Amino acid sequence: MAEFIYPKLIGAKLRSQLAYRTSFAVDFVSQVLAQCYELIVILVLFSQINALGGFTRDEVLLMYAFAGAAFGVADLFAGQLDNLPTYIRTGSFDVLLMRPLGTLPQIMCSDIRLRRIGRITGAIAVMIYALTHVAIDWTPAKVVLTVLTPVAGAVIYSAVWVVACSICFWIVEGREFANAVTYGSNAFTSYPINVYSRPLRWAMAYVVPGAFVAYYPSLALLGKADPLGLPGWVGWTSPLVAALAATAAGLVWRFAVRHYRGTGS
Amino acid sequence: MIEVRELRREFKVATSKGLRRNYKTVTAVDDVTFAVAAGEAVGYVGPNGAGKSTTIKMLTGILVPTSGHLRVSGVDPSKQRRDLAKRIGVVFGQRSQLWWDLPLGDSFDLLKSIYRVSAQDYKARLDECVELLGLQELLITPVRQLSLGQRMRGEITAALLHAPELLVLDEPTIGLDLESKERLREFLADINTRRGTTLLLTTHDLDDIERLCPRLMVIDHGRVLADGPLDELRAEVTPERELVIDLREPGPAPDVPGVTAVRSEANGLRHHLTFRRAETSAAQLITQVVRQVEVHDLAVVEPEIDDVVRKLYQRQVQQDAHR
Repeated sequence: MAEFIYPKLIGAKLRSQLAYRTSFAVDFVSQVLAQCYELIVILVLFSQINALGGFTRDEVLLMYAFAGAAFGVADLFAGQLDNLPTYIRTGSFDVLLMRPLGTLPQIMCSDIRLRRIGRITGAIAVMIYALTHVAIDWTPAKVVLTVLTPVAGAVIYSAVWVVACSICFWIVEGREFANAVTYGSNAFTSYPINVYSRPLRWAMAYVVPGAFVAYYPSLALLGKADPLGLPGWVGWTSPLVAALAATAAGLVWRFAVRHYRGTGS
Repeated sequence: MIEVRELRREFKVATSKGLRRNYKTVTAVDDVTFAVAAGEAVGYVGPNGAGKSTTIKMLTGILVPTSGHLRVSGVDPSKQRRDLAKRIGVVFGQRSQLWWDLPLGDSFDLLKSIYRVSAQDYKARLDECVELLGLQELLITPVRQLSLGQRMRGEITAALLHAPELLVLDEPTIGLDLESKERLREFLADINTRRGTTLLLTTHDLDDIERLCPRLMVIDHGRVLADGPLDELRAEVTPERELVIDLREPGPAPDVPGVTAVRSEANGLRHHLTFRRAETSAAQLITQVVRQVEVHDLAVVEPEIDDVVRKLYQRQVQQDAHR
């Protein structure tokens, strides 16, 4: 029966969003536009150059689309964590602690930013365009990888979100920092990582495992060797990285909540 | 139901001095010991910052104690938070557990799923609350449109749907008008006596205690100053009572042995006679009074509960000073 609770909580939130239809419509449109701006940046860039870090325009668009779809899905579920400071300040977090459910799933289901579907729709459209315009030697395994990539990417982004927002348990207004990490890693992962300087690459590609959202899976799909020298099988490890990231995020969250309740420090 | 031994909670508070940051330990709850049996109704009172909320947060599993022994409904709140959540109900006067944008009834439905209440039990419990609290018309109203009093009735229903053994209420009547307060008190008294639900409530409104709680606990500076039946505490800290007499004709107050102070009103039509309950009985006093003057009406007035609590604080301050 437990598994039916969260869909119910989500359903409840969807119904409450319908209470504010106009604001929903405005948000939806602004999300589609936001996605378009990023697309325009890439198109303008490629009107001046032919390749970025050894990748063609359509290859970069593929990475951008994978990152965009993954981020959109993550935002749908984990984006509510941006409200954590409010939860802590108003005592709503205490209410979550009084229920026989985990605090993290309760927050994740506390709101569904439906307008993010605008972002996801845009990303999927670009993904379809890119997949049909780049040279991919299709195999059944690559089809599976194509489907799994946005899912694994969403899990990785969500994990990043959870870890970054956990800082709010120590610094209540830690939201700026958290957003820098979450939105920053989205911007980062939309481009081939070999174009970045080494320290930034290390921080955003491997510590925050952003490279596994779009870059490595795209290499595997395209059958390209990593300009940075990692072996080809790395491109297939995103689901594993996602599982590790989710586990790590769960542990960090638990530690943070323990700190909040008073046993942490 | 509740077992607390030498419960202690400290907080680290940052004290900034220029650029240097120091931490100072503040003890919010200082070795508190008490027990509440099943079916009791206990009022937990004290000034702001006395340690009430911290105690409540530890009892409900939100905060983990620094030290001490704690059992609520048979479980350790800090270790078995979710188990505890199924056994107790909590109402915070100043925060809501309802879904703001949804009709009240939808919130109840969600809580039914969260607490896994069977359809049958849910219907029986909800129907009872709806009837006793008059929620019928409100079930389809979005929570954000409810008045404070209506919302509190919703909050209490929400906390009772899983039939908790213990109901903890933190300032349940804060901000309510008199009628709403009375309605809530009546309902709470009813579930306490009829269903045997144990009640623990904090309040600033001492009428809540007078009306609901045979037992009172007073806390200040993290320590329990007094714990016992309201009547006993009253007898102990305010040994004086008052006999108020209204005369038929204005006149001087009767001179009766045992009276320690006299205050007259309305040009001598009404007199307040103070006497000590341990030395003089009200019956003795009345017998003597009616012998001397012609009395139109009379009443024995107990000291206000506010006075009792204030005296308890004063007594503690004096004891601390002697130490």
